[in-house]
This record gives sequence, structure tokens and C-alpha cells, in this order.
Amino acid sequence: MSHEPRLLEVRKNVLKQNDVIARGLRDRFRLQGTYVISLVSSPGSGKTTFLEKTLTLLRPHYRVAALVGDLATENDALRLARSGVPVRQITTGTLCHLEAAMVEHSLNDWNLGELDLLFIENVGNLVCPASYDLGEDLRLVLLSVTEGEDKPLKYPTIFNSADVAVITKTDLAAAVEFDDLTANANIQAVRPGMCVFKVSAKTGEGMDAFLQFLAQKHARSSQKTSV
Amino acid sequence: MHELSIAMSIVDMAQEEAERRNVRVEAVHLELGALSGVVKEALLFSFEIACDGTPLQGSRLVVKDVPIEVYCPVCNMPKILASMQWFCCPDCGAQTSEVIHGKELVITALELKQ
Repeated sequence: MSHEPRLLEVRKNVLKQNDVIARGLRDRFRLQGTYVISLVSSPGSGKTTFLEKTLTLLRPHYRVAALVGDLATENDALRLARSGVPVRQITTGTLCHLEAAMVEHSLNDWNLGELDLLFIENVGNLVCPASYDLGEDLRLVLLSVTEGEDKPLKYPTIFNSADVAVITKTDLAAAVEFDDLTANANIQAVRPGMCVFKVSAKTGEGMDAFLQFLAQKHARSSQKTSV
Repeated sequence: MHELSIAMSIVDMAQEEAERRNVRVEAVHLELGALSGVVKEALLFSFEIACDGTPLQGSRLVVKDVPIEVYCPVCNMPKILASMQWFCCPDCGAQTSEVIHGKELVITALELKQ
């Protein structure tokens, strides 16, 4: 008698449901001409401060809005709202990351056609958000100088899933003896060719270069849309 | 820790498939990529909890680890990364971020009860 296990072959992507919704979102964003940028990082890396500064600087030139994920509070949404752009909070409860369905749900009654740029701030977490496509065009991973240069090596999955790295709080770099070259080498090790920006949202240093980059990305994507 | 919600998805999908084909599941076979963002040990632990009270209770999760495979533009062929901290060809050292495999999170088979 054979004791070979009976195997029934199936092939099912466990995250299919999320991926399908994310694809739908991406199509919708493209159709409406909205360029979507998500932000991931560990808690306390300065995501909200960086985003508030970005929104404030973009607001005179673009129609901008933001979604922000947080476990329990609406503090981040209140801070971002000071920039004067529409902001909506996604409270995830105990969930440590955003999923495409949450983004879809919170966009339900928004007219995307009225937006040039939409930012999605993920929950502060360098592990779980890596697995979930949100339909974004560009994923930024933030790394503050106070966290140490080896963060990319400790969390290669999320750094590899991102398109651009932003080093924040550069005004504190000297005080914490942040080693720029090592940080950059570590980023390139886990994501060769990744574009890196160094900014201080506090002093404004480096923000110009980042905003120019975004403007180019947005212009390129709207060209594609209008063709 | 998002492994519990992933384990619950696995149980749901396996259960749905089992019902559709009218079979009983002994084990669920899964391919898990090193870049999937899912921790194997946490997933195995969560799977047991996710199975509780479902027809899959007592079933096993059989995980096949999928290493990161990249495309080396210099050697002009796929290569397995030696370390996920170093995205470069293990043979010629060329940097590459073109990932071919390693993001899998896929149910590949159901092992049936005899």
C-alpha cells in the first residue's frame, strides 16, 4: 500500500485580494491623473513633519491631499491639516499596516479628478507594510539620522520594496555623528540604484531637490495619461 | 505582526478550495519568499490559531522557502542571492535590483486526508 500523500495542486496568491484592489486603485489614479506617493518608515522617523512641510510647500502649485494611517489617534491628521490641504485619517485599530481596501474605502467620496498629488502615510512600521501594494506610483522609505546607518540592512525587505529613500532630520546629523557614506552604501546594498534625498523638514534644507524630483515625476506621469 | 491575518487568509482560501472540490485537508503547502515580508515562525504559530474551530483544525502548514533570485545583467542569467543584505551577483559581484523570485506568498497544493 502506498503512503504517498495525495496532493491536489492549486496555485493561489495569498495576497490576491489586496493586489486586485491595488490594481483597481492604480487604474483609477491613472485615469484621473492623480500621482500617488506613499510613505513608510519606523515610528518617530519624522514622516508627519516631513509630509506637513511637503504639503505646505506644494500647496501653492498643486492640488494636493493626504491620507494618514495611525493605530489609534488622529494626531497626525490634525498636524497635517495645518498645511491647509484636505487630510483624511485612517485609524487602523490594532492593524500594523494599511491595506489597499482601507485606501479604497477612505477615498470613496473623494473626487480624484480634482487632485494632482495624493500622499498616503502608512503606519509607522518597517516590517508589515512591505507586503501590501496600495496602488501607489511611488513608495518613499524614510530613515532619520537618529536611527543609525544600518537600518537598511536590518530591514532589507521594506527598503527593497521602496522606490526612493529619504534621510530625514539632517539638522541633527552632526550631533549624532551620522555617517552619510555608510548609510548610502547600506541603502545601495539592499536596493542598488535607489535615489536618495537628504532633508531637514525643520530648516527646509534639501526640500527643494525633493520637490523638484516630485514635480518631474508628476509631469512625466501626466504626459503618459494624456497620450 | 501581520502573520495572523495572513494565516487566516490562507485558512479561508484553503477551506474554500476544499469545499469546492469536496475534499478534506491534511496539510496546506505554501511557497514563502525571503522578500515576502512574512516571518515563517510567526506564520506557523499563527496558522495553528487560525485553524482553530474550522474544518482545517489539526492540519499542518508545509512551508517551502523560496530564496531571492535576481537577474544578473553581466552574467546575463538568473542568480540566487547569497545574502538579502547584498543585492549583487554572487559570482561576478555586479549590483542588480531586478528580482525574479523571492516575493512569493502562494498556496501551491493541498495535501488531502486519505
